[in-house]
Amino acid sequence: MKNAAKKTAFLGLCTALALVLAYVEVLIPPIITAIPGIKIGLPNIVIIFLLYRQGIKEAALVSVVRVVAVALLFGNVMGFAYSIAGAVLSLLGMLLLKKLDFMSVVGVSVAGGVLHNVGQIAMAMILLGTAELGYYLIVLAVTGTISGVLIGICGALMIKRIPEWK
Amino acid sequence: MNRNHMNNEKTSSTAGKGGGRKLRNDIIFIAALLCAVICLGAGFYFLRPGGDEVVVKVDGEVFGTYSLDRDTVIDIRTGKSGEQLNRLVIKDGKAYVEQASCPDGICAAHKPISRQGESIACLPNKVVITVQTRDADHGPDIVA
Repeated sequence: MKNAAKKTAFLGLCTALALVLAYVEVLIPPIITAIPGIKIGLPNIVIIFLLYRQGIKEAALVSVVRVVAVALLFGNVMGFAYSIAGAVLSLLGMLLLKKLDFMSVVGVSVAGGVLHNVGQIAMAMILLGTAELGYYLIVLAVTGTISGVLIGICGALMIKRIPEWK
Repeated sequence: MNRNHMNNEKTSSTAGKGGGRKLRNDIIFIAALLCAVICLGAGFYFLRPGGDEVVVKVDGEVFGTYSLDRDTVIDIRTGKSGEQLNRLVIKDGKAYVEQASCPDGICAAHKPISRQGESIACLPNKVVITVQTRDADHGPDIVA
C-alpha cells in the first residue's frame, strides 16, 4: 500500500465488508435451534485474506474493530466478551500456524474456526462458572471444523484471485 | 508496497510447489482434530459420573425423588384424574420405564439410565425422569 491514507481506506473497506458478512450471517436462520452459537464465520474470510495479504497487524485491527462494531450493532455485552475471546485466540492460532507454514489456508482456517469456539466456551465457562459447558465444545468443534473448511476454501480463492493493490 | 508484493509472490509460489504436501497436511490436521474431538466426546460420555438418585418431574413440578440404591417400582399417575400411567422401575442401580400409557411408548423403549444427567422423557404425559447426584452443590467427584 503506497501511503497511509490509502491503507486506512483499504482497511476501512475490509472492515465494512466484514460487517456486511456478519450481518448476512445474522440473517441466516439457525440450522439447529437447540444448539445456539453455531455460525459459519463469514467475516473470517476477510480476516484470513488480510492475514495472508497484509499481515498480522492489519488482520488484528480489522478483527477487533469488527467484533466491537458487531457487538454494538447486533449483540450485547456478554456476546462481546465471548466474541473477543474467540477472535483473539483464533487470530493468535492462525498466525502461529501460518508462520509454521506446513498447512494451506484451509488448514489454518479450520484451526482458526475451532479456536474461536474454544475461546468463546472458555470465556463462557469463566463468566458463568460452569464446567458443564465443556460438553458443548464437542459439538461446536465439529461444526467449527466444517465451517472452517468452507471459509478456508473461500479465503484461498480470494487470496489467489484478487489482484494486489498498488 | 514492496513487502506486500514479496509476500504475494511467496504465497503463490508455495501454493504452486508445496500445494500437494500442504493439502495432505491439511487433511491430516482435520482428521486428527476430528478424532481428538470424538475421543474427547466419548471420554466425557463414558466417564460421566454415575448418579445416585432420580428426580421425576411432571409438567415441570417435582413429583418425587428416589434413590437408585433401593430397588422399587413407582407408578407415576398423571392426567386430570390420574388416568395416565408411567411405571418407573429402579433395579440394580438403574432406572427405566417398564410400562406407559402414552401412545408412542418411547419412554418405555428407552434404555435404563444411571449416569448423571441422563434422562427419560415421556412427552405425552409431560413426565421427565432425570438422574442426578444427591448433593448437587458439591459438583462431580474430582477423584473419580
